Amino acid sequence: MSNNETLTQLWEVFIRPSNGLAHKHAGSIHSADSEMAVQAARDVYTRRGEGTSLWVVPSSAIVASDPRDKEELFDPADDKIYRHPSFYNIPDEVGHM
Amino acid sequence: MYSQGLIGADDSTHEDEEFLARFQARIDAEEKIEPNDAMPQGYRKTLVRQIAQHAHSEIVGMLPEGNWVTRAPTLKRKAALIAKIQDEGGHGLYLYSAVETLGVSREQVTQELLSGKAKYSSIFNYPAITWADIGAIGWLVDGAAIMNQIPLCRCSYGPYARAMVRVCKEESFHQRQGYEILMMLCAGSDEQKAMAQDALNRWWWPSLMMFGPHDSESTHGSQSEKWKIKRISNDDLRRKFVTATVPQAEFLGLEVPDPELKWNEKTESYDIGPIDWDEFWSVVKGNGVMNKERLEARNKAWDEGAWVREAANAFALKSQEREQLEAAQ
Ligand SMILES: [Fe+2]
Ligand SMILES: [Fe+2]
Repeated sequence: MSNNETLTQLWEVFIRPSNGLAHKHAGSIHSADSEMAVQAARDVYTRRGEGTSLWVVPSSAIVASDPRDKEELFDPADDKIYRHPSFYNIPDEVGHM
Repeated sequence: MYSQGLIGADDSTHEDEEFLARFQARIDAEEKIEPNDAMPQGYRKTLVRQIAQHAHSEIVGMLPEGNWVTRAPTLKRKAALIAKIQDEGGHGLYLYSAVETLGVSREQVTQELLSGKAKYSSIFNYPAITWADIGAIGWLVDGAAIMNQIPLCRCSYGPYARAMVRVCKEESFHQRQGYEILMMLCAGSDEQKAMAQDALNRWWWPSLMMFGPHDSESTHGSQSEKWKIKRISNDDLRRKFVTATVPQAEFLGLEVPDPELKWNEKTESYDIGPIDWDEFWSVVKGNGVMNKERLEARNKAWDEGAWVREAANAFALKSQEREQLEAAQ
């Protein structure tokens, strides 16, 4: 590889295993453009009927939360137990609710 | 993130005792480590080296089998062999994408393979000289790889573990098609059976070497086990492999080329004779029959593919410019 060789763009691959299910992240792929990215994703990630639909997204387009903000972002949910059904006392006579 | 944005990014960590203890506590609690998490430099380096080596092994591993595609004895065997080789290429790509989550580009690790700096599994430096070798490779080499890879599905680094789950799902076909090839040969003429025995004779010991040096000699063993990258020791994996494989050889009516092979009642596994580690290290150091040819083949493929990569990138750039121009009008 010469040093002036451009890095081929990276794409994230999402697969819908079957209709009715959401697309799920499967891995990534290198490709210069979106058309070849779909073809490469097909060859690399769906050789055995793993999917019925593919999404490819430029990796650079994904905005991720910073793991250092994990506590700040997600811990506040921990003490909001009133968001869960078991927080509320309903007598058994009422039946299933 | 799975992003080239991470490549070359500042991933320095202040590794005081508290940081290392907190990291180890996460590992001990069986928490998975994900790409952007803070991790010790040593953990990152170990993973980059191991995953890249693993990826290179998948890629170089296509070469001995590629040698037989045009000479497979039937259309069915040819289709199976092509599908297996394609899987191995896929395994390499899953692993390269796992390595990229650690902030190293695929181009960089590829360059290290091409220059001879990076290692790959020594087993692929042995030649596949007869059709029976294709059977033995699937049965023994993929069999040993499966033994190695199953515990890696529980490795502490998330992307590596996930890649291994995909890989393991695909490996079983590889081993079975190899074993079936040998079954056919062993049910054939004396000459065919002799060919199968000859392949076993040549592939047996190198397959056992695939598990790496004895635990007492292994340099990366203990720290990797502490970090739960490696979950079962080299010797334990090797013993498991031998114990699973010997009855399969017996079923074929073939003889395992180890006069000291003996069932051990106590451990309920086989004890094996001494492994020729001089041979192992000699092949690792580049003196195997095929080391030079394998590297030449990879370099040739890379160099001859350069125009394709350049053309694809140039086309993508041009299309982008055209789109921008049209949008501006
Ligand atoms: Fe593989
Ligand atoms: Fe395989």
